[in-house]
Amino acid sequence: MTDTLTKTVFGRLSLESLPFLHEPILLGTFIVVALLGLGLVGVVTKYKLWGYLWKEWFTSVDHKKIGIMYIILGIVMLLRGFSDALMMRAQQAIAFGDNPGYLPPHHYDQIFTAHGTIMIFFVAIPLVVGIVNFVMPLQIGARDVAFPFLNNLSFWLTVAGALLVMLSLFVGEFARTGWLSYAPLAGLQYSPDTGVDYYLWSLQIAGVGTTLSAINMVATVIKMRAPGMTMMKMPVFTWTALCSNVLAIAIFPALTAAFFLLLLDRYAGTHFFTNELGGAPMMYWNMVWIWGHPEVYVLVLPAFGIYSEITSTFTGKRLFGYSSMVYATVVITILSYLVWLHHFFTMGAGPTVNSFFGIATMVISIPTGAKIFNWLFTMYRGNIRFELPMMWVVAFMLTFTVGGMTGVLLAIPPADFVLHNSLFLVAHFHNVIIGGVVFALFAGMVYWFPKAFGFKLDDFWGKVAFWGWVIGYWVAWTPIYVVGLMGTTRRVNHFDDPSFQPYFVIAAIGAVIILVGILGFVMSILVGFLKRDQLKDTTGDPWEGRTLEWSTSSPPPAYNFAFTPVIHDLDAWYDMKSRGYARPTSGFRPIHMPKNTGAGVILSGLALVFGFAMIWYIWWLAALSFAGLFAVAVGHTFNFKRDYYIPAEEVAATEDKRTTLLAQGA
Amino acid sequence: MVVMNPTGDIAVQQRNLILFSTGVMLLIIVPVMALTIWFAWKYRRSNPNKTYDPNFDHSTTLELIIWTCPLLIIIALSAVTWTSTHLLDPFRPLERIAPGKPVPVGTKPLEVQAVGMDWKWLFIYPELGIATVNELALPVDQPVHFSITSTDQFNTFYAPTLAGMIYAMPTMKSELHAVLNKAGDSWGYSGNYTGRGYSDMRFKLRGVDKAEFDAWVAGVKAGGNLDTAAYLELAKPSEKVPVMRFSTVAPGLFDRIVNQCAEPGKPCMVDVMRGDMMRGAKPGHARPAEGQPPGQPQAQPTDKHHPGMSALTPIRTPGAPRAAQA
Repeated sequence: MTDTLTKTVFGRLSLESLPFLHEPILLGTFIVVALLGLGLVGVVTKYKLWGYLWKEWFTSVDHKKIGIMYIILGIVMLLRGFSDALMMRAQQAIAFGDNPGYLPPHHYDQIFTAHGTIMIFFVAIPLVVGIVNFVMPLQIGARDVAFPFLNNLSFWLTVAGALLVMLSLFVGEFARTGWLSYAPLAGLQYSPDTGVDYYLWSLQIAGVGTTLSAINMVATVIKMRAPGMTMMKMPVFTWTALCSNVLAIAIFPALTAAFFLLLLDRYAGTHFFTNELGGAPMMYWNMVWIWGHPEVYVLVLPAFGIYSEITSTFTGKRLFGYSSMVYATVVITILSYLVWLHHFFTMGAGPTVNSFFGIATMVISIPTGAKIFNWLFTMYRGNIRFELPMMWVVAFMLTFTVGGMTGVLLAIPPADFVLHNSLFLVAHFHNVIIGGVVFALFAGMVYWFPKAFGFKLDDFWGKVAFWGWVIGYWVAWTPIYVVGLMGTTRRVNHFDDPSFQPYFVIAAIGAVIILVGILGFVMSILVGFLKRDQLKDTTGDPWEGRTLEWSTSSPPPAYNFAFTPVIHDLDAWYDMKSRGYARPTSGFRPIHMPKNTGAGVILSGLALVFGFAMIWYIWWLAALSFAGLFAVAVGHTFNFKRDYYIPAEEVAATEDKRTTLLAQGA
Repeated sequence: MVVMNPTGDIAVQQRNLILFSTGVMLLIIVPVMALTIWFAWKYRRSNPNKTYDPNFDHSTTLELIIWTCPLLIIIALSAVTWTSTHLLDPFRPLERIAPGKPVPVGTKPLEVQAVGMDWKWLFIYPELGIATVNELALPVDQPVHFSITSTDQFNTFYAPTLAGMIYAMPTMKSELHAVLNKAGDSWGYSGNYTGRGYSDMRFKLRGVDKAEFDAWVAGVKAGGNLDTAAYLELAKPSEKVPVMRFSTVAPGLFDRIVNQCAEPGKPCMVDVMRGDMMRGAKPGHARPAEGQPPGQPQAQPTDKHHPGMSALTPIRTPGAPRAAQA
């Protein structure tokens, strides 16, 4: 009787579900996380910051603050995802012959699954979305995004997903199925415990956030550009943000549907992806890769946009071949839907199908190649200032081309037959994602940091971050290409052949060098903050920028622009500067702005509870939280206090302050 | 690097393809990287001896070049892709044993059935009536035809010295044609992660000459029997499985594994699908067809999900004619 009662109240949750009670590595992690968490809560409480955080940040609908919060989430999760990477590298460096390493398969398999899941869904996506969120509305001269509340909700849903993944560290366990949790392995029959449920619910919740955010960004670009900014006068970063989010809208439903069907298999006993009763696991692979391949472009297109902005700024030149850059972006957007099958050429689709997808994949390299040439010829006849962002661009051009080359190689089906699922493949996608996306994210963060906070990052530690990442990347991944060519497959936790070992040891050293890079970046923020008076940007335009975001103050006021700018040319700010633009200092009017709301935080909190209850089969709690979600969502539609006016006097005071500041700087 | 030094003709052709396409791509990659470094150096701000042209943002000639160069490379690679994908299709029977050595007329390839299991490889030599676990011996210069499946997970059959990998999937049969040209031992793997014991799911690939192969077969003949009971025991998940050898194999075992009916009493997939198909047909349109069950036990009406199905529907072997129209 009590057993039934416990089951009804706690579902399958029990003391047994707390693995840190008996696994020393997890216990250590738990203690560190708990201490850090308590410390953070203590500091916030001591300085009475809860009210400030809630009013100014958590409930904020300001796209700049939401963008910054996305980036903080991305950096925090990067630390988690990278610890997983270090643990894997350490395991593979020592687990040879009789030495099983320090991680049993049960633990190792969770780590590589968590690493991939976190790095894509909770590091790359939040960082990209964060930068788009912060920069894009400023670039198009808007005061916020099209749906400010939705933006807040999207962010908190992503946080809820990330929290669920983190929770799996200490309550239950994470999936042991690889970062895409392929069926049939991820089916209930072969993965009966909570891992796959954590995976599915956290990504479903975060996925809703990403989809909503994509809709929001597309609407913003389409509807909210400043007068005069035609499509072909949009900054390249805005173009890539548009294409990336159009892609995201198209693909995320496929992933959501695939996960939903897998959830039905696991909860309702259906047979969509099982081996029995007509289930088709191969269909799951198709559906996740119809999401998965374009997802690469969702991430890399904004990265290309970042490189374009930086190259143009630091060469002091207009971007070479703007329209060919735009068309290349659009072509990549369309082609990226036509290549997913190259992730499983080896399933025996037949030579004609394989050739089609192989050639379609290679064709993508043509617009991508054109982009590389465009950056190259932007540098040509330029006056290049090698500040940190530009250093990242050059490192990207040298690293990414190699990854592009191995990518085209993998697109040739018979070559893929020997390289598929090998560490060569793993090296390839780290080459393009680190060399393409991660370098861009760091370049972008360094570049726009003074815009967000009013002071530059510390240059010395920024250089440590740069060299750590670039050298670390090459030291860590070149040997992995080599062991791939030696026939090593991925996701292996133990090797017999001792001739691989030196390569894995070098790779582990490379990972440590990357760690130096990551810590260097954190230091550049801390030291930059301490030296913020020296590194202060009073002009709003610290890099001699060319696009609109540099026309406003650093950090920009809540309303971004006191008067909506009128656009006459590409590189609008450069155009304004060269035509002797005078900043208006009077005639301000009240500005209509959206109002903060706590609904996003509450809805996401309820979604988190719902996900947790579903994972642990606590049905009463699931029903309750779902009802709560519905009630709050409906209730929020009756909240009519959604907007307010910033009075003209307040605008005038803010702008006057800037006038004084500019006069001091001049 | 075994992928770069294979011993099988198919893998050698795949290696050559990798080298050729890398070479073609380097034609454009090397100049781009060199130009990047050169422009970055030459147009640095501290260099006074440079042309600075802030409005240089278009040149039709350059645009033509930067779109044409990658296009030409990709056209060349596409042609290579189309032909090589067809020629090296794993399902395509071999035409040559080695460069300049066509397969002699009338050669019948050696049949091998490979089954990915949790977590070991089962190899059945149906013509020889033997089976092995985690050991695959192949006579040198003898074309081999693999039929590949898996019990419950998606594995890939991957012997880097022999030929490229192909998925081994439950309820499906993949094929691979290959030949080994040099004697010697190497390792084969599963390339697709399948859970706990995946890391140690390896098999020894032994390339041997004809005489050695016959001796090896004779040695295997001294092993135990892989009857249904022994197979079901083997099918239980196990890790780091040592080499096992079986002198006899239950008849039709591979087909029953593909059809998920190796266990006595479990209905075979083909029969279930046939039943579902018949049920969907209009009454009177379907009539029992002639045919033999692929295994013994499935003739009984034992399908718990579809009781009475066998009474309603006939059994069809793969390849048997469809139900005749009434």
